[in-house]
Amino acid sequence: MMSFQQVTLSLAAGFLENCRLFLETLLFSIPLGLIISFGSMSKFKPLSLLIKIFVWCIRGTPLMLQLFVVFYVPGLVFSVPMRNRMMAALIAFVINYACYFSEIFRGGIESTPKGQYEAGQVLGLTKTQIFFKIILLQVIKRIVAPMSNEIITLVKDTSLARVIAVGEILLAAERFAGKGIIWPLFYTGAYFLIFCGVLTLLFGYIEKKLSYFKA
Amino acid sequence: MSVLEVKGIKKSFGKTEVLKGLDFSLNKGEVLSIIGSSGSGKTTLLRCLNFLEFADSGTISVNGKQIFDASSVKKLSDSEIRENRLHFGLVFQSFNLFPQYNVLKNITLAPTLLKRGTPEEIEAKANALIERVGLTDKKDSYPCQLSGGQQQRVAIARALALEPDILCFDEPTSALDPELTGEVLRVIRDLKSGDSTMIVVTHEMEFARSVSDKVIFMADGVIEEYGSPEEVFLSPKSAKTRSFLNKDIETNGN
Repeated sequence: MMSFQQVTLSLAAGFLENCRLFLETLLFSIPLGLIISFGSMSKFKPLSLLIKIFVWCIRGTPLMLQLFVVFYVPGLVFSVPMRNRMMAALIAFVINYACYFSEIFRGGIESTPKGQYEAGQVLGLTKTQIFFKIILLQVIKRIVAPMSNEIITLVKDTSLARVIAVGEILLAAERFAGKGIIWPLFYTGAYFLIFCGVLTLLFGYIEKKLSYFKA
Repeated sequence: MSVLEVKGIKKSFGKTEVLKGLDFSLNKGEVLSIIGSSGSGKTTLLRCLNFLEFADSGTISVNGKQIFDASSVKKLSDSEIRENRLHFGLVFQSFNLFPQYNVLKNITLAPTLLKRGTPEEIEAKANALIERVGLTDKKDSYPCQLSGGQQQRVAIARALALEPDILCFDEPTSALDPELTGEVLRVIRDLKSGDSTMIVVTHEMEFARSVSDKVIFMADGVIEEYGSPEEVFLSPKSAKTRSFLNKDIETNGN
């Protein structure tokens, strides 16, 4: 019989993988999402069209399918098998989430009143100064709520990495289930709940911090 | 010598010709009011002066130096455009204050980024401007805490902080409740006594009459009438001007 403590530790080791995937995905997908959003707003039509088709493909297919593609296609098509499962998961997650984030960023940027840009322009500011000193914080304020939604979804999506056998928490729980111990599978929910609870508090704090102005 | 010399400004959006060739000049310290019905091109003219739009033809000279020539606009770099733009200030109809910054920071942001002095100098000057528009007790407030009239006064101070040669107002009181227009017009009146050169697009006829040195009445993209307030308001030559002014009397009773 497995002790409660043993299960807790074993699941925690799995959840550490989820956390790693979560943090690294955020780290890379936010900047990439910003670049994609600029691309989709580009005045150079072929580029914005190409980006829009790409975003459509990524958002229009299951993340699980994308995991399979990233993990198997290099080996099947180019005969260079993907050895690092975590790396494959990370690539799929970063691309997938960057596309979702890019649409949130685009909405936030495009909903900034034109007058804010023009006010900066007539004050002689450069485009870069206008973006970083005037627009960015207003955009951040507007996207906190949709971003928190997406980021909380990401926490739970990390368990999808199980399908390419990344040793995350659900895979760990299934090992117990294989031995006839079913309760650790339900116990995993507690890890996700606590993690998402902390994130909810964090986003609430950010929202409150930015509530001193209206944008 | 004239501060501003505008020659042959034309501007079209698609097939619609909004400005059909405008010429006028302005001397230092003068106030020019531009009146006319909506869609006559008043705002577009101001936007061309501030390079928010680029005129399709015509030239703009400030202090005798040509800063814009439509035939060579493509050759201007972004930094030259920014430089030229600073001859003009613009106060918007909808204020466009930066919501995340308080009153003081709204005014000091541009001078700081443009390195117009030490932080102390910039702040001292901003405080003087805040006092001039009568908002000393509001300098730490955020735009959302201010009334429309107060926001517009901050916007005027923000534009003045860069010491433009010519300050433009685009219907500065149109977005305000009637009881708030007075405070903004008072500030503009006060600037006139301070020797600022100003162009005011306005629907406030009484204000235009009393504060201006010159008045332009625009209709369908051309200057229909141009002269002193007495000439334009009391003895307009054009039938269009007369009909416009009569309508204003009917609706506003002045």
